[in-house]
Amino acid sequence: MSRILEQEELKMGINPTSMDGIVEGLSEVSCDVLVIGGGTAGPMAALKAKQKNPDATVILLEKANVKRSGAISMGMDGLNNAVIPGYATPEQYTKEITIANDGIVDQKPVLKYAENCYSIIEELDSFGIRFLKNENGDYNVKKVHHIGTYVLPMPNGDTVKKALYRQLRRARLLISNRYMATRLLVGADNRVAGVIAVNTRTAEFLVVRAKAVILCMGAAGRLGLPTSGYMFGTYENAANSGDGYAMAYHAGAKLANLECFQINPLIKDYNGPACAYVAGPFGAYTANNEGKRFIECDYWSGQMMLEFFNELQSGKGPVFLKLSHLHPDTVAEIETTLHNVERPTRGLFHEGRGTDYRKQMIEMHISEIGFCSGHSASGVYVDEFARTTVQGLYAAGDMASVPHNYMLGAFTNGAVAGTDAASYAAEVDFAPFDMADVAAEQQRVLAATKREDGIPPNQIEYKTRRLVNDYLQPPKVTRKYELAQARFAEVRDDLENRMLVRNAHELMRSLEAASILDCADMAAFSSLYRQESRWGLYHLRTDFPQKDNENWFCHVLLSKQDGQMTCEKKPVQPYVVPIADEEKDLYDKQRLRASA
Amino acid sequence: MPLASTFTTVPVVVDNEKCIAEKGCRVCIDVCPLDVLRINELSGKAYMAYDECWYCMPCEADCPTGAVKVNIPYLLR
Repeated sequence: MSRILEQEELKMGINPTSMDGIVEGLSEVSCDVLVIGGGTAGPMAALKAKQKNPDATVILLEKANVKRSGAISMGMDGLNNAVIPGYATPEQYTKEITIANDGIVDQKPVLKYAENCYSIIEELDSFGIRFLKNENGDYNVKKVHHIGTYVLPMPNGDTVKKALYRQLRRARLLISNRYMATRLLVGADNRVAGVIAVNTRTAEFLVVRAKAVILCMGAAGRLGLPTSGYMFGTYENAANSGDGYAMAYHAGAKLANLECFQINPLIKDYNGPACAYVAGPFGAYTANNEGKRFIECDYWSGQMMLEFFNELQSGKGPVFLKLSHLHPDTVAEIETTLHNVERPTRGLFHEGRGTDYRKQMIEMHISEIGFCSGHSASGVYVDEFARTTVQGLYAAGDMASVPHNYMLGAFTNGAVAGTDAASYAAEVDFAPFDMADVAAEQQRVLAATKREDGIPPNQIEYKTRRLVNDYLQPPKVTRKYELAQARFAEVRDDLENRMLVRNAHELMRSLEAASILDCADMAAFSSLYRQESRWGLYHLRTDFPQKDNENWFCHVLLSKQDGQMTCEKKPVQPYVVPIADEEKDLYDKQRLRASA
Repeated sequence: MPLASTFTTVPVVVDNEKCIAEKGCRVCIDVCPLDVLRINELSGKAYMAYDECWYCMPCEADCPTGAVKVNIPYLLR
């Protein structure tokens, strides 16, 4: 930094080199169950672990602050996948999710979710979170999916996080805010032993020994670069940088179907939901530049995204969300939800552009790529108890492999993980770990702080994400993917040997940049492995344009073995809810056909 | 490699007249998921120190005096 500028900033009381100064330190604590991530799944996992075993020590570790962290920072406008008696059955839901995922689903965790989620809705209701009810007092569920009815609006959805936080305080859970987990500690017996974390404001280290660890660290939402060029203008909470995916990978856990990317239809530039799930049931729809419908159903699936992509390419784009034909009172009702819950700055954005839902359609576009099982299927592989392939390690929410699980899935599977982890922790002792692993991790984390000169983390991150857009955004081309891998290797060399970090805040960003690069490499590697096309736009390979059930009706599991990234096929578990042949391709029929 | 500082216009604006950070209030700093707000050492008021905003609004919604305003970042406005 130039001397003059430094003096100017000091004059203003702002000094980036003294702010968030790096402090040396290492402390150690231990607990029975450690939950990492205080967004949606994490708080529920911690609550349930404590409920299951009130004597257990439960720690909730969070990179930001549990009060307002994660995808539901400002609440949520509704449940997208509520299986409510009288509207849907668990079997019906399991069938729909299986079909929406082109059959590549282990049904047991989906069915278990579907069976459990109603009791979680009732529990959330008891926390003071309200759901839309009709005049008889029954839940007022709306149809958005292709086949069944599962969407339940939340008129006071802005209160979710506060209601949840009250419960955490009541249960007297131990909460550690502003600690970023960097690596899991794994014992020689392949059991999880705890985690290494670093304070995001002081860079002091914390080792948490734990009998069981539950990863609830959210999506890899900062993988592609938003077309606005603003690095934090993502759909997911921008704090969700894929740290959980990277940590699970380095701990030797297997990750499923990472090639099934998350790509969303979003408000152009704002890069948030429009949101068809809220407006659709009132009669809003996705339209082309002629104001005409072109898709049957606005539910986010890879097949729907492919039709969206095709329309954009066809000359009938841009694509819009259309509400202008609705009654002004209806529009006002939709507006109240959209401008107060989940992403409340939507209203400000539209105001700035002079967009009035009553008069103009809302311009939409296709988002950059990410990993998120909450909407697609890419996640750390888990079974119906939320157990990963590493003993004592669990995962729930957007980063676990249960597909399309949204907020209610995070709550429900978080509860499953918390309960099972508490039982497991009661049966085992701490796994031994090597202190040399801690020292090595401290060295890795701090390497960029030891240099006098170098490349800032934001440039490393920008370049990685720009390359993700250039080479990994579907349609997937083999030659482009190979080029991406070569470019990523160059960025990795810079990250490991030339990155410069000046304070604890930049240190957090540098660690996130490493997670993002790991995720980019995993996205490329798993996509190249699956030599077919599947899940509509999510895995559309130009070199293998057809779905190939003979060779690829399986999961792809990616893991680190002997230090190398590898992929393997894993058979889909035999279905517990059978799918008839004529139902299998229902989600392939998204394009509206001209009526006779 | 030499470093340079580049100007950037930040989306979160704090009204110093209303901000009570000098009395110990840290609400906006605490709730920010991206941890981008800090205290100006001279004025004792909160300000946006890092241009890494998700325009999500907890800082504005939770501020006890209505001092914080979240704008849409210029690049996507």
